Amino acid sequence: MSAKPLPDEEPLLRASALTRLYGERIGCRDVTFELYPGEVLAIVGESGSGKTTLLDCLSTRLAPTAGIVEYRMRDGTMRDLFRLTEAERRLLMRTDWGFVHQHAADGLRMSVSAGANVGERLMAVGERHYGDIRGTALDWLSRVEIDESRIDDTPRAFSGGMRQRLQIARNLVTNPRLVFMDEPTGGLDVSVQARLLDLLRGLVSDLGLSVIIVTHDLAVARLLSHRMMVMRHGKVIETGLTDRVLDDPQAPYTQLLVSSILQV
Amino acid sequence: MNAQADTATQAGEGEYNFAYLDEQTKRMIRRAILKAIAVPGYQVPFASREMPMPYGWGTGGVQVTASILGRDDVLKVIDQGSDDTTNAVSIRAFFEKTAQVATTTRTDEATIIQTRHRIPEKALKEDQIIVYQVPIPEPLRFLEPRETETRKMHALAEYGLMHVKLYEDIARHGHIATTYAYPVKVDGRYVMDPSPTPKFDNPKMHEMDALQLFGAGREKRIYAIPPHTAVESLDFEDYPFEIQKFDRPCAICGAENVYLDEVVLDDRGGRMFVCSDTDHCEERRAAGHTGEAGGIPLKGEETAR
Repeated sequence: MSAKPLPDEEPLLRASALTRLYGERIGCRDVTFELYPGEVLAIVGESGSGKTTLLDCLSTRLAPTAGIVEYRMRDGTMRDLFRLTEAERRLLMRTDWGFVHQHAADGLRMSVSAGANVGERLMAVGERHYGDIRGTALDWLSRVEIDESRIDDTPRAFSGGMRQRLQIARNLVTNPRLVFMDEPTGGLDVSVQARLLDLLRGLVSDLGLSVIIVTHDLAVARLLSHRMMVMRHGKVIETGLTDRVLDDPQAPYTQLLVSSILQV
Repeated sequence: MNAQADTATQAGEGEYNFAYLDEQTKRMIRRAILKAIAVPGYQVPFASREMPMPYGWGTGGVQVTASILGRDDVLKVIDQGSDDTTNAVSIRAFFEKTAQVATTTRTDEATIIQTRHRIPEKALKEDQIIVYQVPIPEPLRFLEPRETETRKMHALAEYGLMHVKLYEDIARHGHIATTYAYPVKVDGRYVMDPSPTPKFDNPKMHEMDALQLFGAGREKRIYAIPPHTAVESLDFEDYPFEIQKFDRPCAICGAENVYLDEVVLDDRGGRMFVCSDTDHCEERRAAGHTGEAGGIPLKGEETAR
């Protein structure tokens, strides 16, 4: 699925020489790339390779040691994310962006109902009509295949797969343009993973979302992403179209990574 | 309130500084109060002192009262609307002893009214101050336990979460089931917990003539609503804010549109509903109003002043 990015030629997000150090240790180093509207970028690599550090820097959850992250705002201007005011950044995070955590409990309010979880972002941007909020929540629950009768249950009563789908609905309700995902299928059993991936793929193409997805699972990357970056020891060692990287890996480490998948 | 620097109350044993607190502490609290008045609804941290009473018994309110009290003030203390319940009696006695100020149970005679969870029925005037005792000042606490996060939410006016709570109410109960500590927005900016007053009293806070001060001793916060400030109860467009309604008048004085307490009379299901504001009730009785239980000799009658 290597669809060409939309005719829109301006990048949505640009990272330049992004570096994050933890004292002497390297989180990620000298990462430079551009993400275009409608594009899905997978960041793969083994555990400890700096994937999550990079994702956290890109999503402003962590301040980089050096380098710049720029984002094209809805008004078309390219802004340096770390020069936005905190209020602007938080507004961006709850309207134009989504963040899907590996553990749904980190991204959901576990003690309030599914409807309120989905509606929270709407209320945060000033929606004050209960009926409308509930209507939108019901719509989104059905889009992520959660039965409408579960709207007043708390996520505690949900299975792992349902929680993850609820988290996705909660993030997408404000029509974000960019979604960050950190191992969204981690910790789910294989059949649930397959269903979630299928759902994600549908939503991403229907909504024209740009996605940056961190995963150690090459199958997830192949299924979802257009492009991928392979990381090792905090550096990007290979980047390219997903099919190219997986079918014709160039870097020795990527060759090892690809060949380590069991061929069934 | 002419809060002149006072020294000892009177010569003799068991001497207290005027109104118990030392002058330095009072100044510190007054500074916090001034800041709170300047930023309506904002919770100002202050160095809350140990008071000779347990937390939860009004340590915050007592400190605020002590630091604004002057010799000419007339103090009224109410506990759930009543002048003669434990908390009210002991705090009144505390200031009688430590400040020798005049006390009253009459709302319109008082210059300072310290209250636990009610606002008097009679409208307060410009020269009065009402001091609320607050157990938990943070309205967002039960949804967001991190203090660092709630402070940030106040700073950036991110109040979507407050509506999540109201949404949950409607989803579970079919209406907004919050009946006390009902969140309000002060002067179009800060969301504030009005302390556990019934929501019946929320409209009284709006554009009130009197100064409203809130003290939370355990949580070490002071906040305020200056006179004539807009106080808006949060709600949804299709579920507007409503106050409690009672289907009968006060059994003793016949008052309508007041907040009523349920009083159990016997163990056979007998009960009556009476004014929670005892002063308001007594005043109406004195003016000749009676309710359905008006003929019953009441304790208040023998001891009425």
